[in-house]
Amino acid sequence: MNAASMNALLAEHPFFDGIPPQYLDLIASAASEARYERRELIFHEGDEASVFHVMRRGKVAIEIFTPDRGPVAIETINTGEVLGWSWLIEPHRWHFDAQAIEPTEVIAIDAGKIRESMAADSALSNELLRRFVPIIVGRLQATRMQLLDLYHVDT
Amino acid sequence: MSTLEFTKEQMVLADPMLPTWFRVQCVRRETHDTFTLDLACQDGGGRFSFAPGQFNMLYVFGVGEVPISISGDPATKEIVVHTIRAVGAVTRAMRNLKRGDQVGVRGPFGSAWPVKEAVGRDIVIVTGGIGLAPLRPAFYHVLAHRNDYNRVVLLYGARTRDDILYRDELKLWRGELDLEVEVTVDSSVGRWRGNVGVVTKFIPRAEFDPGNTTALICGPEVMMRFTIQALVDRGVETRDIHVSMERNMKCAVGFCGHCQYGSKFICKDGPVFRFSEIEDIFGIREL
Repeated sequence: MNAASMNALLAEHPFFDGIPPQYLDLIASAASEARYERRELIFHEGDEASVFHVMRRGKVAIEIFTPDRGPVAIETINTGEVLGWSWLIEPHRWHFDAQAIEPTEVIAIDAGKIRESMAADSALSNELLRRFVPIIVGRLQATRMQLLDLYHVDT
Repeated sequence: MSTLEFTKEQMVLADPMLPTWFRVQCVRRETHDTFTLDLACQDGGGRFSFAPGQFNMLYVFGVGEVPISISGDPATKEIVVHTIRAVGAVTRAMRNLKRGDQVGVRGPFGSAWPVKEAVGRDIVIVTGGIGLAPLRPAFYHVLAHRNDYNRVVLLYGARTRDDILYRDELKLWRGELDLEVEVTVDSSVGRWRGNVGVVTKFIPRAEFDPGNTTALICGPEVMMRFTIQALVDRGVETRDIHVSMERNMKCAVGFCGHCQYGSKFICKDGPVFRFSEIEDIFGIREL
């Protein structure tokens, strides 16, 4: 895929809505398309978080493996969302597994390149953090709501 | 307001404090702790009318009386449907009822979902747990009058896969091409391949026009609080958001004060409220 096409693909994704064109060009230069089949592992807990994904189509389960219960899905990531933010935070390793539960198409973005660019350009860093922080906070709030076990009633 | 429709001979039963005898037609297990009761007027002569969102007081003789939302199709007049979670003495006794057993019914009581006011608009229903039961009549109404509405969105959250209410109907509704139906569970192990996470996660990306949307919400209050916030973040006005509140209803006609909520009574002024009308008291913890 040429740079212009990748640029156009990224531009239509909600995560990049309104991002300055020069940053879109930069991100497009670090991006590639990827496809995962149902049940295919996208990343594994403990592995280096060398890439992050914007979801074009499909559904991915974020899972943690427990010896007694097997893989436990703690969240699903759907079309239009972003998959993975461990690449932003040292030690840049995944905290969970990610498994496609439907055929899934993503744009994979080289995290190393983006980290380098962010270190050299604080405006880019601000632009991306401004987009990632609400996602992180949203997932923290969602996790808290899940912990509340709102629908449980002692019977 | 909709009421019981009786023959002249039966009119004496229209006293709101006096139960009418209904017989159990069917008891259906929904989940490990919820079940659905189909009730018919004992002598077969009564036709029961209600508006979506209203509730009945159901009386198990010798045990007690509890408020239960009506969860059936408002177009069906012969059978009254309630989905109930067995959490206390009365509801546990109801779970043990058999076909032919008697139940006392007072009602219907309370306010209704604004399904007529919402004609011409998008409908967004957000619900969690057993909160789907009081909203199902509104959804039935919308389905029966599908051309009266624009986009119709149903977002439902349950605790686990095994706690999903009305599973067969949800599958059916998800298959319709002109409905957006999303189901999620808070916790998942094993074979579940659907969504995991809180129901509010769907709101930012659901397809509706915030400026022309009527939102109907029912679930635990914390869930409703986050849902309202997510809808407001999308641009829905609080006057277009409707919530169903729950308090300790006893008399159901605003006499006893058990369900007082600020200056309102849940049984009489609610249970369905326009959120902008209770916004000031919604966050007060002592109420």
